[in-house]
Amino acid sequence: MRATPFILLIFTTFATAGDIDFQRDVQPLFAEYCLECHGPDKAKGGLLLTNRDAVLKELESGDRAVVPGNVEKSALITRTLSTDDEEMMPPKKKEKRPKPAEIEVMKKWIASGAEWSQHWAYRPIVKPAAPSTIDGFVRAKLAEQKITPSPEADRHTLIKRVSYDLLGLPPSPEEVDAFVKDKSPDAYAKLVDRALASPHFGERWGRHWLDRARYADSDGYEKDKARPDAWRYRDWVIAAVNRDQPFDQFTIEQLAGDLLPNPTPEQILATAFHRQTLTNTEGGVDQEQFRNEAVFDRTETTGSVWLAHTVGCARCHNHKYDQLSQAEYYRMFAFFNNADETNAKVGTSAAALSDFEKKNVTHSAKLRTLQDKLAKARAPLFDKLLDWEKETNARLAAAGKNKPEPEPLLIKSLTSDGGTTFTDREDRSWTAAAAGKDKETYTIVAELPEGQISALRLEVLADTSLPGEGPGRSKNGNFVLTEIDVRTEAGAVELHSPTADFSQKGFLVAAAIDGKPATGWGVGGAVGKSHDATFRFVRPIDGAKTPRITVTLSHQYGKEHTIGRFRLVGIEGETSESIVTVELKRLLAIGSEKWTNESKEQIVDWLVKFDPAASAAADALEAAEESGPKPPLMDVRVLAQRRTPRETHIFHRGEFLSPADIVQPGTPAILPPIKGRSGEPDRLDFARWLVSRENPLTSRVIVNQIWMHLFGDGLVRTPADFGVRGDKPTHGELLDWLASEFMDKGWSRKQLIRLIMNSATYRQRSDARAELIDIDPRNTLLARQNRLRVEGEVVRDLHLAASGLLSRKIGGASVYPPMPPEIAEISYAGNFKWTESKGEDRFRRGMYTFFKRTAPYPDLMTFDCPDANTASIRRSVSNTPLQALATLNAGTFNEAARALAGGALKAAGDDNARLSRAFQLCLVRAARSEESAVLLSLLNDARAYYATHADDAKKMGGDAELAAWTSVARIILNTDEFITRE
Amino acid sequence: MNPLDDALHLARRDFLTTTANGLGMLALGSMLNDDGLFATPAPASADPLLPKPTHFAPRAKNCIFIFMEGAPSQLDLFDPKPKLNELDGQPLPESMTKNVRFAFIKKESAVLMGSKRKFAQHGSSGMVFSDLLPNLATCADDLVQVRSMHTDQFNHHPAQLVLACGRATFGLPTMGAWLNYGLGSESRNLPGYVVLNAGRGTSAGTSLWQSGFLPSVYAGVMFRNQGDPVLNLRNPDGLPVELQRKGLDVLAQLNQARFGEARDPEIASRIAAYELAFRMQSAAPELIDLSDEKPETLAMYGVDREEPQIKAARAGGPGQYKAYAKNCLLARRLVERGVRFVNVIHASWDHHSNLDQELAFNAGMADQPIAALIKDLKQRGLLDETLVVVAGEFGRTPLGENRGGSKNVTGRDHHPSAFTILAAGGGLKGGLTWGETDELGWGVTRDPVHINDFHATMLHLFGLDHLRLTHRYQGRDFRLTDVAGKVVKGWLA
Repeated sequence: MRATPFILLIFTTFATAGDIDFQRDVQPLFAEYCLECHGPDKAKGGLLLTNRDAVLKELESGDRAVVPGNVEKSALITRTLSTDDEEMMPPKKKEKRPKPAEIEVMKKWIASGAEWSQHWAYRPIVKPAAPSTIDGFVRAKLAEQKITPSPEADRHTLIKRVSYDLLGLPPSPEEVDAFVKDKSPDAYAKLVDRALASPHFGERWGRHWLDRARYADSDGYEKDKARPDAWRYRDWVIAAVNRDQPFDQFTIEQLAGDLLPNPTPEQILATAFHRQTLTNTEGGVDQEQFRNEAVFDRTETTGSVWLAHTVGCARCHNHKYDQLSQAEYYRMFAFFNNADETNAKVGTSAAALSDFEKKNVTHSAKLRTLQDKLAKARAPLFDKLLDWEKETNARLAAAGKNKPEPEPLLIKSLTSDGGTTFTDREDRSWTAAAAGKDKETYTIVAELPEGQISALRLEVLADTSLPGEGPGRSKNGNFVLTEIDVRTEAGAVELHSPTADFSQKGFLVAAAIDGKPATGWGVGGAVGKSHDATFRFVRPIDGAKTPRITVTLSHQYGKEHTIGRFRLVGIEGETSESIVTVELKRLLAIGSEKWTNESKEQIVDWLVKFDPAASAAADALEAAEESGPKPPLMDVRVLAQRRTPRETHIFHRGEFLSPADIVQPGTPAILPPIKGRSGEPDRLDFARWLVSRENPLTSRVIVNQIWMHLFGDGLVRTPADFGVRGDKPTHGELLDWLASEFMDKGWSRKQLIRLIMNSATYRQRSDARAELIDIDPRNTLLARQNRLRVEGEVVRDLHLAASGLLSRKIGGASVYPPMPPEIAEISYAGNFKWTESKGEDRFRRGMYTFFKRTAPYPDLMTFDCPDANTASIRRSVSNTPLQALATLNAGTFNEAARALAGGALKAAGDDNARLSRAFQLCLVRAARSEESAVLLSLLNDARAYYATHADDAKKMGGDAELAAWTSVARIILNTDEFITRE
Repeated sequence: MNPLDDALHLARRDFLTTTANGLGMLALGSMLNDDGLFATPAPASADPLLPKPTHFAPRAKNCIFIFMEGAPSQLDLFDPKPKLNELDGQPLPESMTKNVRFAFIKKESAVLMGSKRKFAQHGSSGMVFSDLLPNLATCADDLVQVRSMHTDQFNHHPAQLVLACGRATFGLPTMGAWLNYGLGSESRNLPGYVVLNAGRGTSAGTSLWQSGFLPSVYAGVMFRNQGDPVLNLRNPDGLPVELQRKGLDVLAQLNQARFGEARDPEIASRIAAYELAFRMQSAAPELIDLSDEKPETLAMYGVDREEPQIKAARAGGPGQYKAYAKNCLLARRLVERGVRFVNVIHASWDHHSNLDQELAFNAGMADQPIAALIKDLKQRGLLDETLVVVAGEFGRTPLGENRGGSKNVTGRDHHPSAFTILAAGGGLKGGLTWGETDELGWGVTRDPVHINDFHATMLHLFGLDHLRLTHRYQGRDFRLTDVAGKVVKGWLA
């Protein structure tokens, strides 16, 4: 419970200061005891304890809560002191009650005039004049308590600390040696600079950011489908951190990169930050419900990452404690409500794409011209969407009314490249002779009746003359139609939306028009029966003008999987299936007002087929793309602004089915106003507002997060809550000074980190000091550094790095290191396969492990990795037996122990020298003689054992000597010191 | 005694009892007998699983929560509706479906589907069960059958979050996490929250046993009922127990030496964690080794019974009958060993089609072992202090499911507005049928119980006031019951 320390703080500071500071002494009491009922949500009895004017007002009872200078007339005091069951405050049923000393504080505050000051987090960031170094601020506070700072940590500890903090990797013995021997005055500063310049810095600090982004490789919820493109955003983050992209720009691109003028593909990719929201594809879900869920998440994640406010509390009602109304929540929600989910093409890496473009200048230029042409030809089609909707709906309504069953087409000629002969039957079907080739293509010329033919039905018929009674000619009567092609004299007839009465699993009818000879339609599992498949024409054929069609049936599967008996039927007039695809029909059912950008693009893709100019442009582009070298592009999930904005309503009690008043986009009144570039502000204005100089929160919040990663705790110990229930900064002036510096230095994270790490405060020893245990048990005064257990990913990285197994490859697709099979089995209906990676991908850093939300990688979760379902600002750190079991017994950690042992055995020298090497690799220092002694005694016991147990040695992965060393290596790797930043 | 002293005391005691060669004992002893240097340590270092006092006298000590993932049909197991059979094939009046959202049912053409089951009264209480549950029916007088449950969500994962955490939001602690947080753990050799999983994988995955914003030490630990019961439990191949022991002694010495310098209580916690891990290495295999169970007991649970040869697509492949029986027996063995919360999960009961065959298969799997568990707990005197709950995340519709407008109706869709759960022991009345639904089983007509009410009641049985069991996270004092929940006094014995 947090209550104890801050009350303690009040009295220690109060005792010395001797006067009342509203923010420091009184406001926390309101937050703890009163605001739940007398905050912005309820303001019971007319009492609102959020600003002075409100507090001085007359209450519903006629009393006044606070009469400055008059304690007796102040109901705040009289009601708190009352023993009457009806009168007393907090009400009798409340467990938490102010203590007498706390009531005294409130009395003194009223007696001295009830001065009010604004909550610290909303005050403008003003750079304090002095003492203007980190150490100056920290030491001034220590001096008040007469505490001396701790001495600087030794060089071994320092290099380990810098390396763990900035890279998440252990320094090599050679680096340690060089640093320890470097007598130059800036040896340490150079060490920090080297680490900041390492590409592994982007991995380590990028991962911190990915916690906020709730990054994962799967959708979440029941189906939890893989997101094979998610890693591309992770690469973006690593690169942005490595090049020290200013944090304001970093913010703007991730929240609104798509709205920047002429955004680059990388800027659009940045918006994938808010595509890390969960997607529910469980059967039967209401898509609108989960679209809103994602927008809630975007709003609330933005609130907690940039503003450190629990804005989610205002989703259903006004915030209980902070000055955030429900309407204000939905004003922020409105910025994201008009961001639609879509896909964009980006380079598989920025470098790969620019390399490609450099190598293919002419081709790229040609493509770009063709793309522009297509875009121009497509543009007017967006204006036709509503007309198309109306027309198509009308056609659908009229379609398929009482058409008589048409007669099958009269086949004029039928040949096969395999030489098969066919017999025609009375029902206009044709039967192939039993013997055929493995692969055959039939060419049919058929006569069309007069009328509008909108689709072709291929009927494949059972026949006792065929093996297995057909309809195919394979041994069991199956066939695979790998491709169907329909032509008229005018050229190819474009087909769409094939359906079949039956398709074999893995041989769906759609595969017969996918242009791939390797896939096709089959009916295995239902042979011996007749089946049919219908192929719709994108543009109906007028039989009066086009009397003949040529149909090609291709069978490239082999083993005589060819059709044995068939006929063709031309479907006249429109049916609901022939008019549009199933997907477009779904969009028509939703209605145009709910179309997203993505849906509109889909419809325009369809309209292109009917627009001569656009379809020519599309064909030209396709041809050019086909013929030229393939650019390294991939689809990624991103955000795009809706063309027709949605109205945003307040949802009554947060329920999307209960829309109430309409609100306009905006920001909370307690913060500086937002201005739109032109008129109503949009998401880009909001992103810029977040990182504007006037915003009192963002810089403080981010500086605090960075400080937290370097000390274990922030200067504000509730890094996700800067509201009135959160902790106050332990060093308010220092926080403000750093927040100003951060902005002055162009929001450079590397400069801020450098500044902090070069301070004496950071460089202190982390050993606890007995004399401070009572005075400052939580080390809020920073009289020393803190010891920090590293994150789950880094536990893995350290093991792999120290043992020499680690692949240092940066970025790329997620990997699948070995995982016990039962973990994948947890996933829904066992729908998840974990195919182990090969080669170096088995030994990549923990941050590259494929993260499946409903069945995450156990070694990471055991060490407190966040579950990626919500933004994580601060990880919890637990200390459990499951962690011990993991590092003692799990596969990866055993491999690391064996590799460390193998490496030690290759080193020259005796046991002692080899042990020193292994010890140094892991713990970045020499072993002391007592430590060597116990480890060598373990080595000798293990040797004795394996000398007589060759089988067990073999199971350990080698001979007796390797097994003995492995059993020692695993103990070194399991020391607390190894996984602790000291 | 302050919490850290407790933790260190335990660590020392365990060293004294488990360290065979005494190596490291002296060093630790002297460390612990130190001059009170750490008399008031940082609270974060205390053992978070130490037993804690309750708000008032508890009735229950442990909970076995049997989760029928996917949601079984209450209309075919517990809550007979003659009227529904009468109206079989009829549409439901539009007034009843107007504001209802379905996962799969097409409202326009949906019709009511009667139940083919036969129902009868059982025990002196006359509690009603269908013919699919002949064994559970014999426990009627020990059970509460709640027919008036309702929840907020009609899709699996969100509804499972409501059942596990009280609200369909990510990042919240589950029931088991709350109980361990509120009460600590009585088990020194096993985790306080154990999950036994069977079937084909649930919708909610690991979020069913997450600790949410509570420290991960309160999260459930998945146990398997064969092979290695806990992930990473076994020493690496070729490493004998004596080298594990010696290695851990050396490790303790290295860690103690570091503690001597850094004085970080986390090191002491880590030393204790390694010792607990070592004890788990023998305690967990002992747990799943059933050789000390009497043959009658094994037979009562049906550990060796054969299962019917039907293709139950949703149940999770062959072997479910044996696995389920074993999991129920393990649940008893776990609570005997002081494990606070045991979650027995089976996926899936999501019978959108083929309901008659598949429900019969699943009920056949669950009926005998659950009944055996209740009887076994009772005859060992454990039922009084063990709350047993049998529940799904919602119920199933009186309407037959006509997904995609299909005419072939053989199952039921998701139904959050009325469903049935069972509970026994832990201070509950026996033989109590609670609540009523309307004549079609569509809505609750008497004594509705929301999941939040159920949770409030559950905590009450454990001596915890659901309004006072809170954890402050990001400025808010969170509860298992979110912003609602009333204790159902009528259930209490």
